[in-house]
Amino acid sequence: MKNVNLKINGIPVSVPEGSTILEAARLAGIEIPTLCYMKDSNEIGACRICVVEATGTRGLVTACVYPVSEGMEVQTNTEKVRNARKTTLELILSTHRKDCLSCLRSTNCELHKLCHDYGVDENKFSGFNPKYKIDESTPYLVRDNTKCILCRRCVAACKEQHVSVIGPTDRGMETSIGPHFRKALLDTPCIACGQCTVVCPTGALVEKDDTDKVWKALSDPTKTVIVQTAPSVRAALGECFGMPIGTNVEGKMVAALRRLGFDKVFDTDFGADLTIVEEAHELLERIKSNSVLPMITSCSPGWVRFAEFYYPDMLNHISTCKSPMQMTGAVIKTYYAEKYGIDPGTIINVAVMPCTAKKFEITRDNMDASGYRDTDIVITTRELSRMIRRAGLMFTNLPDEDFDDPLGQDTGAAAIFGATGGVMEAALRTANDWLSGGEGEPIDFSALRGTAPIKEAQVNLGGKTIKVAVASGAKAAKEVMDKIHSGEADWTFVEIMGCPGGCVNGGGQPIQPQYVRDTTDIKALRAKALYDMDEASTIRKSHLSPVVKTLYEEYYKGSYGCKRAHHDLHTTYVARKKYM
Amino acid sequence: MKKFSNIPFKGTPEQEAQLRDWLRQNRDMQGVAMPALQKAQEIYGYLPIEVQQIVADELDIPMSELYGISTFYAQFSLSPKGEKDISVCLGTACYVKGAGAIMDELSKELGIEADECTPDGKFSLSACRCIGACGLAPVITVNGEVYGRLVPEDIPGIIAKYRD
Repeated sequence: MKNVNLKINGIPVSVPEGSTILEAARLAGIEIPTLCYMKDSNEIGACRICVVEATGTRGLVTACVYPVSEGMEVQTNTEKVRNARKTTLELILSTHRKDCLSCLRSTNCELHKLCHDYGVDENKFSGFNPKYKIDESTPYLVRDNTKCILCRRCVAACKEQHVSVIGPTDRGMETSIGPHFRKALLDTPCIACGQCTVVCPTGALVEKDDTDKVWKALSDPTKTVIVQTAPSVRAALGECFGMPIGTNVEGKMVAALRRLGFDKVFDTDFGADLTIVEEAHELLERIKSNSVLPMITSCSPGWVRFAEFYYPDMLNHISTCKSPMQMTGAVIKTYYAEKYGIDPGTIINVAVMPCTAKKFEITRDNMDASGYRDTDIVITTRELSRMIRRAGLMFTNLPDEDFDDPLGQDTGAAAIFGATGGVMEAALRTANDWLSGGEGEPIDFSALRGTAPIKEAQVNLGGKTIKVAVASGAKAAKEVMDKIHSGEADWTFVEIMGCPGGCVNGGGQPIQPQYVRDTTDIKALRAKALYDMDEASTIRKSHLSPVVKTLYEEYYKGSYGCKRAHHDLHTTYVARKKYM
Repeated sequence: MKKFSNIPFKGTPEQEAQLRDWLRQNRDMQGVAMPALQKAQEIYGYLPIEVQQIVADELDIPMSELYGISTFYAQFSLSPKGEKDISVCLGTACYVKGAGAIMDELSKELGIEADECTPDGKFSLSACRCIGACGLAPVITVNGEVYGRLVPEDIPGIIAKYRD
């Protein structure tokens, strides 16, 4: 492709023809501020923060959409540019509810940062202040249009997920973002993935904060408060404390949870291993009995919700296994409670998840193996980071500690659950061993790794070749489901995760500013932390987990998928209507 | 914000069949959402949620997108027209001659605001731009019938005329 030569702030740059000024500037190492821009998915030039001066143009142009031309000279930091950006920010602030001191996005707000950088007067314009009702209808997120800057990043994220339950409505000063006919989010086919909360530059879309419930439980002496953490949390929590993306902070996280006052710190990885043995068993049963195939994984509540809304007639493809979180919760209140003589009614199970949809999942039917809710409270990685701050813990200085026994033991197979393809790989390791009747090879299924939205492979399972597929993100899920529906695909086993890249990129994970998201493959870095943990594990197959073995020996009478295991560890799905 | 009514939807199976036929025949048209909503409004007179759902269903377009279009363009109405549609000219001449007070009086008398319909479906009220009868300002039309040189006191009499 032809290159175009231009100068940005006097620095010569050569970029492919058709590049925008913003892309050229980033190549030259010059940062132009943006608010609405998201690489590939929201290049709309709406917010006008990225304005620059360029020769051959009239007035200021928006760098995110304006193409470069030969010999162009661009200035990104003149007085005219700075004044224009400052005024734009002041106008945005004129309709922004400025409860910045207590806003969940305080210290991590892209608007706040720019306003600070540009020295704005936050009360310069006291304009039209529309009143919007805060939408708290769902158990997982809060929409507050009084903080919305109409950048439409959430709209793009929702569209990327092929859900599009929110969009711009009305026009002019009355423009707002929301569901059709001003419905509450609860009355839409929102899948709860929370990707909108990750891209929102302000506090207009945030997770529903459940930390107060956790604090209350921790200060109740009559309760045994047990926490479990998903694999992906340890691969991302460090980001909230300034550590590099992809740092594994498992030990410090456990230490922090113990210091917060949890009675036991267990690992969702245990539940992941348990899920694998139940799921691999179910898969082999389905193959043996010529039952509905492909079987599709059920760990991701965003994906399950997507299927219930958009493919209600295909729910029999989804494995009946509960997610690792719910299996762990169920085992804590049944086997563990019985073994240690604790009344399950006094246990409060808290789960730290990379996911907003998990907050919805715990409210589902058939999630109460002990007669009590399997999990009582879900907080996201972000909420945990806030609790750690409030407790005054110096996270980066904490020692590394180990999970509690017995539900703190894990295998490498469980660690990779957080990355797209990980559940599939873990299940294949186990199924392959069972079918070959020994220590099967390979352990690494490299065709299933990487962050591509859809991956397909043929794998050898105990001497027989089967076809499998892995999809992450609801858009990829739709593609895969359409192929299954039309009969075009002949997969035996399919893994689907609701968020692109899997749980490491979940809607409850730490928020990185958009320019980092545009220029860094965050999900690959976080996934690498998980694969490194797997690599370093001595046991890398779920069915070899000592605690899983003990559980089946002591509680499930040595048999996978037995009646009791089925009662405790499996669940049901419900066809949902998209619109009421 | 564009208003929408809670008046029960009274679409007929014939209307639905007509709309679905059109949608099935035109679903591959580029940018079909806009003409589809125009067609739907032509058939039903307005675009309540039930009608937008038919469009969403046939075209596989999210409801949020259709709702966004229908609230962005002034040509789309989300409230039904009453048996008698009262339109108040808010053009410059009428406005200067007191059309605002006429609108207020109509609102008070009918118990609805502009772009709404009475619960019994009898009257709807809307504002329009200059209808070219500035000499008669301020002007309203009731199903196309023109009433000019009005003062608020004239309104109850005009409405009474159409009430039964």
